[in-house]
Amino acid sequence: MRSLAPTVICMALATRPVKGTAPGKRPSPARSLWDSTIGKKTVMAVSGLIMLGYLVAHMIGNLKVFFGPDEMNAYARFLRTMGEPVLHHEWALWLVRIVLVAAVVGHAVSAYQLSRRDIKARPQKYVHKRKRASYATRTMRWGGIILALFIVWHILDLTTGTVHPGEFEHLHPYQNLIDTFSTWYGNVIYIVAVSAVGLHVRHGFWSAAQTLGVGNARRERLLKLIANTLALVLTLGFVSVPVAVMTGVVS
Amino acid sequence: MKLTLRVWRQKNAGADGAMSTYEVDGISQDMSFLEMLDTLNEELILKGEDPVAFDHDCREGICGACSLVINGDAHGPERTTTCQLHMRSFDDGDTIDIEPWRASAFPVVKDLVVDRSAFDRIIQAGGYITAPTGAAPEAHATPVPKPDADFAFEHAECIGCGACVAACPNGSAMLFTSAKVNHLNVLPQGSPERETRVLDMVGQMDDEGFGGCTLTGECATACPKGIPLPSIAAMNKEWLRANRKAAKR
Ligand code: HEM
Ligand code: SF4
Ligand code: FES
Repeated sequence: MRSLAPTVICMALATRPVKGTAPGKRPSPARSLWDSTIGKKTVMAVSGLIMLGYLVAHMIGNLKVFFGPDEMNAYARFLRTMGEPVLHHEWALWLVRIVLVAAVVGHAVSAYQLSRRDIKARPQKYVHKRKRASYATRTMRWGGIILALFIVWHILDLTTGTVHPGEFEHLHPYQNLIDTFSTWYGNVIYIVAVSAVGLHVRHGFWSAAQTLGVGNARRERLLKLIANTLALVLTLGFVSVPVAVMTGVVS
Repeated sequence: MKLTLRVWRQKNAGADGAMSTYEVDGISQDMSFLEMLDTLNEELILKGEDPVAFDHDCREGICGACSLVINGDAHGPERTTTCQLHMRSFDDGDTIDIEPWRASAFPVVKDLVVDRSAFDRIIQAGGYITAPTGAAPEAHATPVPKPDADFAFEHAECIGCGACVAACPNGSAMLFTSAKVNHLNVLPQGSPERETRVLDMVGQMDDEGFGGCTLTGECATACPKGIPLPSIAAMNKEWLRANRKAAKR
């Protein structure tokens, strides 16, 4: 059952590297990180994990809403003053924002390029359709698009206030989020998006481990367990806020 | 057994193809899937029609020549090669859909035959060792730890059939390439080219137009030799290591 093994070794003497692979022509490490499929996936995995880390912190921060307007609003002020006096006012916050924008852009551009390549590599469908074992891939793509749209809406709603329903008050997130979650569409958009986050993280966290070469047969169950736990905790934590507003727990 | 076959017919690489329907009778449960197709072809030849072209060679599950997507599954419903698939896996009266491997890197040559030379070029890019080997050396001359030997053997089982590419929704060749890279990279004999092998083989894989990996896992489910999905993670690790080392130089 090992027919290729001897062939491969015999070929060594007869065959030298073929076109495009002579050492001089090998692309630079930075180039191959951006050009190769494995490199692009690495960009996706690292940027995804950065966003995941941020989401965990963000979700925990949101839970402050349960401790009243003063604590929540004080937290918002802290986000501007953190890093002082070493850093100037709001510098730390802007640093986080820059890293996040870089992560979102790197992630989305790689996702777009890889998806285009994947579709081109398999142009013809099979006539005989069968149930695929996993919806992972398709969920990742539409889930990613939902997330991208959500991120734009979310910033325009609660950061800049551009599309905010009602009176947007800077540094008063408690009042602002009650406005948003008092509209039906605010709740719908938000709950759909955080559910998409859950699905995305469920496949994404485990995938990132494989991409970065951390996954192996022994760690499989542990990695899936962490992925599922993260997905569930994130979604429940985020969903708790609109649910609290809807049920009047937070008002 | 009496069966209805719906087979992809395509005159040549440039022509449009379509599914054609054929009836075959007198099929024994003990025939292999390829013998069943031989029966169809004998009938077609007697009728003066063009027989269905399909790839095969050893017919004992070791060469990797046979292919076919049968009812949507690469190599059919059992986890084996099409040549080792037997008609007892089907029922009398079944309709069976037979299609070629689908991937832009595997263009159809005729009917069910696809051009898999992209795999050969991936092997040429680094799937070998450069040490002159000569006759078989004394087995204990180069000790290999047991776990490494097992790991190498597991990956050496890949027969290069391409079922992984055919099953992948992205037409990705990551499972095949990882089997080849892992097989040689873990062994002392393969270590002099450890970095260039993975960089060059992955580079060639991308150049051939295979898709990327979304870790869907269809490849490992289809593989007749049981190359496991974590092999891809192991190759990613090798690639990242090689790229880091290249950056330091
Ligand atoms: C801009 C919005 C987003 C888009 C368009 C997007 C799209 C995608 C797509 C298509 C994939 C699969 C790529 C592939 O397998 O080839 C993916 C993977 C992933 N995403 Fe996102 N995503 C977005 C936002 C997020 C967010 C907010 C997170 C953080 C939780 C995240 C974390 C991940 C992770 C960890 C992976 C796995 C990377 C890997 O397979 O190595 N993504 N994303
Ligand atoms: S990895 Fe499995 S399915 Fe892919 S070419 Fe090798 S033997 Fe065939
Ligand atoms: S004909 Fe050789 S593996 Fe099937």
